[in-house]
Amino acid sequence: MLIKGKTLKNVNQQTVIWAGALLMLIPLLWMISSSLKTPQGVFETPIRWIPKPVYWENYTKAFQAMPTLLYTRNTIIITACSIIGYLVSGSLVAYSFARLRWPGRDSLFYVLVGTMMLPPQVTIVPLFVIFRNLHWINTYYPLVVPAYLTGWPFFIFLMRQYFLTIPLDLTDAARVDGAGHLRIYWSVILPLAQPALATVAIFAFLLHWNDFFGPLIYLAEDSKFTLALGLMSYAGRHQSEWSVLMAASVVMLLPPLMVFFFCQRYFVEGIALTGTKG
Amino acid sequence: MKPATRYSTTHREWAAGFAFASPWIIGFLLFTVAPICMSFYYSFCRYDVLRPPMFIGIENYRFLLMESEKFWKSVYNTVYFTVCRVPLVIAGSLLLALLLARPRRGIGLARTIFYMPSIISGVALSLIWLWLYNPKYGLVNQGLALLGVKGPMWLNSPAWSKEAIIFMGLWSIGGGRMIVMIAGLNAIPQHLYESASIDGAGWWSQFRHITLPQLSSTLFLLTIVEVIGSFQVFTEAYLMTSGGPLDSTLFYNLELYYKAFQEYNMGLASAMAWLLFVGTLIVTVFMFHVLGRRVYYEAEQ
Repeated sequence: MLIKGKTLKNVNQQTVIWAGALLMLIPLLWMISSSLKTPQGVFETPIRWIPKPVYWENYTKAFQAMPTLLYTRNTIIITACSIIGYLVSGSLVAYSFARLRWPGRDSLFYVLVGTMMLPPQVTIVPLFVIFRNLHWINTYYPLVVPAYLTGWPFFIFLMRQYFLTIPLDLTDAARVDGAGHLRIYWSVILPLAQPALATVAIFAFLLHWNDFFGPLIYLAEDSKFTLALGLMSYAGRHQSEWSVLMAASVVMLLPPLMVFFFCQRYFVEGIALTGTKG
Repeated sequence: MKPATRYSTTHREWAAGFAFASPWIIGFLLFTVAPICMSFYYSFCRYDVLRPPMFIGIENYRFLLMESEKFWKSVYNTVYFTVCRVPLVIAGSLLLALLLARPRRGIGLARTIFYMPSIISGVALSLIWLWLYNPKYGLVNQGLALLGVKGPMWLNSPAWSKEAIIFMGLWSIGGGRMIVMIAGLNAIPQHLYESASIDGAGWWSQFRHITLPQLSSTLFLLTIVEVIGSFQVFTEAYLMTSGGPLDSTLFYNLELYYKAFQEYNMGLASAMAWLLFVGTLIVTVFMFHVLGRRVYYEAEQ
């Protein structure tokens, strides 16, 4: 009796789980389906899930109607430069907070955690003024330079938490052998901290690939736009071209989805690392 | 001899510590401290970027609090949005986590599917949902029509626009919160459940007396993060509704953005930023007092 009841409950839970999963997938399937319909086909009722005919021209149009390749190149430049910045400067700072002893370290770390809570709106107006006075408007500097000065304290926090889990014996042994801090950082900590570095790289990639607000404020010229900004300005001018807009969305989503599928482990680790060790 | 060497190694470590931390220290001074001071000053000024700031005392704050209807509308919208969204997100992701925490067949794939929407954000997310919510041809209303329900106008209706953005948010962030909660659930010592079921405690009583207290610090942290995040809603409203219809999605940050970067009223925008900061601080402290007291911590301190 009991066993039967348990199996039944299990089957019910499985049904709920997979029904929910299907519900989560439907918007994405709908996006893909719409991206393969003719411009009139998207307005057909009732909905036809398998497009007929399959209209690949939306994808060629997504690259021809707007300079999608140029936008992609711009986005890659900004994203890549920022990731390097976060990794280099962030890991140095995290090493200092995790492993070096200096006066004021712990209170400064609290300040750092505090800045994670600060609403970005408080600094956005003065930052705009600062960058404007530096004549950095309509350049990539405002989007990239902050990464080298650890503009996203969350990443330092994440790396520090990970560095703390590296056994002290390892660094102590290197110290006894006469290695300096730079050497310990480079040849002991960094190789061991690869999962944390990968997590930061992935989060930074998503952050900048999808970033909309930064490019919106700082970029003015169409030829400098990122994918997000370019797509949005195209959407503003062609509001009912749903098949092309969905095709362009698919193109924009492909890199993040690929990163996600190949690097899933790091997502879960990163979330667990920062989510539970408040 | 020995103390002297020690002394110098300590000093060398201090120097190294500052040197390694310098990117953050410099960035903190340039991109956080300086802007905070400037912003505070601007909030008492009339400032349009082109001409130098002109000190006008508390005029910006007075205008916002006493005269500006848009300001209060945006406060109302943001509070409404937060109050509806936070409990839904927390309850929804808790439910998902409870279903998906234990290992079972296909669990990895299921978790992946639930988490996947979290990596979609900004422009692509907004475009997909604009199309889904299309009153006539969108999937949402077509689906409702199959059930015999005539769907609302969603983003085109002042009565449903905020709800539309809330539902979209559930889809897009529920899975990420779920992962955090699963990590929390898996950290609960298994023996607690074992001894409880020996004592004959049922599912509900185990949930109430073990799961909820053990998970409370995770829930508390997520609630705070979620409230602060909801106060800052911007992109979806900017892209999908531009604050409309009839200002029904004019959220606080959207109004701030319009004041700063369309009207170039930097003084007023700075004042808004400070009011938001103070508001966030008050709400956070309040939550620590009211909810934080109920959080159960392991007796490890």
